[in-house]
Amino acid sequence: MEILYEGVVELFTIIGLKRVIMWLIGGLLIYLAIKKEMEPTLLLPMGFGAIIVNIPGVYEGALKTLFEAGISNELFPLILFIGIGAMIDFGPVLSNPKLMIFGAAAQFGIFFTFSLASLFFTPEEAASIGIIGAADGPTAIVVAQKLLGDSSTITGAIMVAAYSYMALVPVIQPPIIKLLTTKKERLIRMPYKPKNVSKTTRILFPIIITIIAGLVAPESIDLLGFLMFGNLIRECGVLNSLSDTAQKVLANLVTIFLGITVATQMTADKFLSPYTLLILGLGLFAFIFDTAGGILVAKVINLFSKEKLNPMIGAAGISAFPMSGRVVHKMGLKEDPQNFLLMHSIGVNVSGQIASVIAGGLILSFML
Amino acid sequence: MTLNIENFIASLKFMWQGMLCIFVVIGVIILSVYLIGAITAKADERKKAKQENTDNN
Repeated sequence: MEILYEGVVELFTIIGLKRVIMWLIGGLLIYLAIKKEMEPTLLLPMGFGAIIVNIPGVYEGALKTLFEAGISNELFPLILFIGIGAMIDFGPVLSNPKLMIFGAAAQFGIFFTFSLASLFFTPEEAASIGIIGAADGPTAIVVAQKLLGDSSTITGAIMVAAYSYMALVPVIQPPIIKLLTTKKERLIRMPYKPKNVSKTTRILFPIIITIIAGLVAPESIDLLGFLMFGNLIRECGVLNSLSDTAQKVLANLVTIFLGITVATQMTADKFLSPYTLLILGLGLFAFIFDTAGGILVAKVINLFSKEKLNPMIGAAGISAFPMSGRVVHKMGLKEDPQNFLLMHSIGVNVSGQIASVIAGGLILSFML
Repeated sequence: MTLNIENFIASLKFMWQGMLCIFVVIGVIILSVYLIGAITAKADERKKAKQENTDNN
């Protein structure tokens, strides 16, 4: 009876009020997941997890065990990458490898935000905040965990920002794209001329990428290796059952645990600070400058190229697969119902996935 | 909240180095993809020619 009484009394203290605020934030995430369908596979578990961990004494329970088993050692995000790798078809980018330039350009926001965040945070914290711009939850978790460890007070905000902004890609990107492109540029048609990509190329691609990226940025090998392993399972043609499992069962299973476990970092004492707002702001900044980087490089290429590119496809280099590719495609259709940019934008989008992982590895190489 | 200008200036080095590294890595990957494409295309042509010879014989 006394335990019940203590719990209720605590709600009327400052700490209790903070816990109630965190329940409301958890509720907001659940609302966004269900009502707005914003990244529901992650926001819903995170929202519910945020409610659980802010009940007094709960953090010492099973969620802490899950956190130590899967996030502390970066296991969950890496396993999830096997599933993501198995989902990705690199066909469009193998058909037109030049598209990968935009994947590289759209990582500008990561490094720019890193510099900006250095004004307010330590270099390790700033680097972890910059990586929100990777628009890739697992990469953000791995980099933040490696650089900051379990005890950091800002990891929760970084993870929430990374996943929330991924869900907000359809809201964040269109205004920036419109601001940086003219109507004439958005109307540029890019006919899709698919080339025949041999099975050997598809099999060699993940192996070669792993070797090249591993040599240049060894710290990216965990993430990229798992991503490319998943893709190799998909493309080899003899492991269809494993590929199917990785894409569906494995990815879903890890996502369930990942979302609710990430929420262990959303305790009131860590999350409710002015720095959280600053991190959310910087994360948004990273997304904006990633998008701008891709678009501006496309515009520069257009200055020298006979065959003009629709600069909107540069925006899809932000990773956030496949939302960003779809956003660009839809914007193209809105301007001209006969302009199908999907294959180009998805090609850029998967390039962004590779480039963001390499960027994460580079950041780790710089900092460790 | 104080602004740490020294940190900011030090981080600018990472910004240009990071972007340069990404473009170099992606450039190497692009070249590799073209190279794989060319090699596999030649191998396919040889395979086809061999198959045609076998069929003709």
